Amino acid sequence: MAITEEQLEEILAKYPSKLQKNRKKHIVINNADCGAQPIEANTRTAPGIITNRGCAYAGCKGVVLGPLKDMIHITHGPIGCAFYTWGARRNKAKSDDPTQNFINYCVSTDMQESDIVFGGEKKLAKVIDEVMENFHPKAITVSATCPVGLIGDDINAVAKAAEERHGIPVLAFSCEGYKGVSQSAGHHIANNGLMDRVIGAGDLEQASGKYPINILGEYNIGGDSWEIERILSDIGYQIVSVMTGDGSYEALKNAHVAELNLVQCHRSINYIAEMLEIKYGTPWLKVNFIGVKGTSDSLRNMAQYFGDPALIQRTEEVIAREVARIEPLMGQYKKVCEGKTAFCFVGGSRGHHYQGLFGELGIDTVLAGYEFAHRDDYEGREVIPDIKTDADSKNIPELHVEQDPNRFKLKLSPEKMAELKAKIPLSYYAGMHVDMKEGTIMVDDLNHYETEEFIKLLKPDIFASGIKDKYVVQKMGIPAKQIHSYDYSGPYAGFNGAVNFARDVSMGFASPTWNFIVPPWKEEPLLTGTVNEEGVA
Amino acid sequence: MLDATTKEIKERASGGVINPAKTCQPIGAMYAALGIHGCLPHSHGSQGCCSFHRMHLTRHFRDPIMASTSSFTEGASVFGGGANLKTAIKTIFQVYNPDIIAVHTTCLTETIGDDIPNIIKTSEIPEGKMVIHTNTPSYVGSHVTGFSNMTKSMVNYFAEATTPLKKEQVNIIPGFVNPGDMREIKRLTRLMNAPYIMFPDTSGVVDSPMTGEFQMYPKGGTTQPELIDTGNSKLTIALGRFASSDAAEQLDKKCKVPAVTLKAPIGIKATDALLMTLRRAFVSDVPYELEEERGQLVDIMTDTHFHFHGKKVAIFGDPDIVTGITEFVMSLGMIPVHVLTGTPGGAVGSVVGSFEEDIKELVDQAGLKANIKAAGDLFTLHQWIKNEPVDLLIGNTYGKYIARAEDLPFVRVGFPVMDRSVHSYMPIVGYRGAMRLIEMISGALLDRQDRDAADEDFELVM
Repeated sequence: MAITEEQLEEILAKYPSKLQKNRKKHIVINNADCGAQPIEANTRTAPGIITNRGCAYAGCKGVVLGPLKDMIHITHGPIGCAFYTWGARRNKAKSDDPTQNFINYCVSTDMQESDIVFGGEKKLAKVIDEVMENFHPKAITVSATCPVGLIGDDINAVAKAAEERHGIPVLAFSCEGYKGVSQSAGHHIANNGLMDRVIGAGDLEQASGKYPINILGEYNIGGDSWEIERILSDIGYQIVSVMTGDGSYEALKNAHVAELNLVQCHRSINYIAEMLEIKYGTPWLKVNFIGVKGTSDSLRNMAQYFGDPALIQRTEEVIAREVARIEPLMGQYKKVCEGKTAFCFVGGSRGHHYQGLFGELGIDTVLAGYEFAHRDDYEGREVIPDIKTDADSKNIPELHVEQDPNRFKLKLSPEKMAELKAKIPLSYYAGMHVDMKEGTIMVDDLNHYETEEFIKLLKPDIFASGIKDKYVVQKMGIPAKQIHSYDYSGPYAGFNGAVNFARDVSMGFASPTWNFIVPPWKEEPLLTGTVNEEGVA
Repeated sequence: MLDATTKEIKERASGGVINPAKTCQPIGAMYAALGIHGCLPHSHGSQGCCSFHRMHLTRHFRDPIMASTSSFTEGASVFGGGANLKTAIKTIFQVYNPDIIAVHTTCLTETIGDDIPNIIKTSEIPEGKMVIHTNTPSYVGSHVTGFSNMTKSMVNYFAEATTPLKKEQVNIIPGFVNPGDMREIKRLTRLMNAPYIMFPDTSGVVDSPMTGEFQMYPKGGTTQPELIDTGNSKLTIALGRFASSDAAEQLDKKCKVPAVTLKAPIGIKATDALLMTLRRAFVSDVPYELEEERGQLVDIMTDTHFHFHGKKVAIFGDPDIVTGITEFVMSLGMIPVHVLTGTPGGAVGSVVGSFEEDIKELVDQAGLKANIKAAGDLFTLHQWIKNEPVDLLIGNTYGKYIARAEDLPFVRVGFPVMDRSVHSYMPIVGYRGAMRLIEMISGALLDRQDRDAADEDFELVM
């Protein structure tokens, strides 16, 4: 199953020589004998390569800000960028006050040629005024698209003036699409803005319930967050805020009162997690609510963190009940999936998380990678000091926070923290590499050409990725599962999510439609042998 | 659903958009370029543009949409994208090996003013391969403008008048429609015995069959020799003013091929006009097969008129499609009450007239009044509907929010339709397309009647 270095060289030989060397650093054949295996990540994609990557705007407005439902998100730019991030990501949201749920709205300054020539600041200011007049949101975000930075519109000044006019927060994000090398830059920019302006803006000094937590890096795709919240509420946690699926300005501003921050998608939100620890003394726990084991382990780790015997016991009760309930269902799907192999190439964390769930179904992941992750997402956070920031990432500002003089509180003694760190991923992420088997492959920023070549070589039974390569793969007769949008299904997180995923993946294998690819006339010669036989006779 | 939208309409003078009914030029250029055989569209801009456009086109067609990007970084944005595009061209030919690369620009590269023809001139292009380009500033027009611009570039780059006399063949520019529509238009033209070149032609590209093999460059698309030969045709029929006229006019200027612009052949009148144009141009009578089809359509229209006659409709989408649908629903005796497109009035410098005037002329002729708007948005349309309710909404997928909020029967037509399938294979053009539209419209209205009927009023036959 595994591929050799020679086979890899053969694939890369198609590239121009400079690109060959470059791509080689983004591909690792996992081999324990090699010790640490560095992989290059978060560096620019060569022009002309058909990549799955998007841009900083997509990461900022599209991923992190968009799900915040009680804010109006204004895209400052020509119409496209707003249009493509309108309802495109399945970040579901519901609200007690539907007139303050703006999740299905899309607002753009729709810059025209005259705005490019003469500047778009005045138009942006007017659009903010109209948004206030029509919607009265609690807060507004403004996200910049490529031309905004180029023509020098000062969106911060426009936002500040609007705040003074309207008395609500208006947050400006300079997330022009050309910044950084992928969506990742935009995640960072959004994290900085939310940390700087929203989190901690509330008056709450203490959470109202027991075991208050935030869930970070959970975007409620297909209702994932609701399934996670179902389980956590059942155990007894108080969920202070979710960043940012079904999230809100109202909840986020008091996120500082949580006593533990869960980090689901490490890539997109680790900045806030780190800053919350520095500013308020709240540690973060890497969780993985994808898969039965991932979910159970995460719940147990959370209980250990709080250390309350009653909580630990309740956790075990809920796990036992849920597992008993879903096991027969999972077992039935496992029969369909057992022994198959998968490619798992997704954004920033799912490329790792879904390997566990595939494994539970008896599917081996033979190739995995991320679209826009950094080295730590592959190799673990210990490599962070060794990561060299290149020119493309240097322009993403770092936000430096300090201990909040009034609100900083160590949640655990340093001794307890050290003791827990030895047992659970507290303020730590080990990355994908440790969970991958010998001979499997990690590919960073997998592109179209490599997708085709690796499929020909490894012949996976299922390809987990996104919409842009889905039909490419299916044309080859291989089921493709969208792990960004779940093919409009879900939730896939938590216990119920595992069952949904197992059902959908099994459906991909079992669908009778695959049987019709070859028409019968391709399998039977037009002239049958009888004529010839008679002729001979 | 959309609970923050109020009935009271407050004037919005900023020029900003709430819930757009258009998107930006480059996606239209990308779609048009897919209609050239063996062509890889290339997006000269940030990665996000290419990714967004591929995502949206893929969701609409449920087929691979292959395109590459110049992958701009901040450095390229400051120093210009020449190096990026040259590297891209070299890499694309070496790795992906298309016959043609069709470059379109983005708001980024238009703002910094990259000189694409010059960059192409100094690029390494292998023997027999070609790089074409079009300028698609996202801050002008809409996705329809982008489609029009790429189509016009096909004329600029390829069309040649090489024969002393024009050939007995017609160029057909189908407009921003589905491959199913393109196939139907070609069928009609074949039945009219008119040799034709359709460009762009995405049939066989974005509706490619399942064979167990992935073809990066599927069988479909207008070939390079055909594109060159468009300069020798005796006539160009541009279907739709917004998506197709510019290229047809350009072909007239460049190769003296006379151009006629017709409405997109949606509905009976517009289809009649297409056939009559072909009939006159080729002195070829309409075959019985088509006369029969037309007769069947009229039969259906008459037999079922009570399903839709007098019903009020709101229609939105791309201008050429909306114009066709508006004309057809009026042929059915329906009343267009709100008609809106997000695309602005006419592309800058183009021969395209005004959408609002076109629609006004249609409703005026019938002695009706309607809210009509170009460069409008769906927030406006929703407020109009709140003020003057309708029985049916026709438009692309984005209309579903309004349909749910106002509990309206909804017929999905146009681009994009991302929440239903098969539509890209099935025509809305021609007589058969008109039958399909009736089936959809009447089905939506009758489903609603069934849903709302009391048990005692629930009918077996309708």
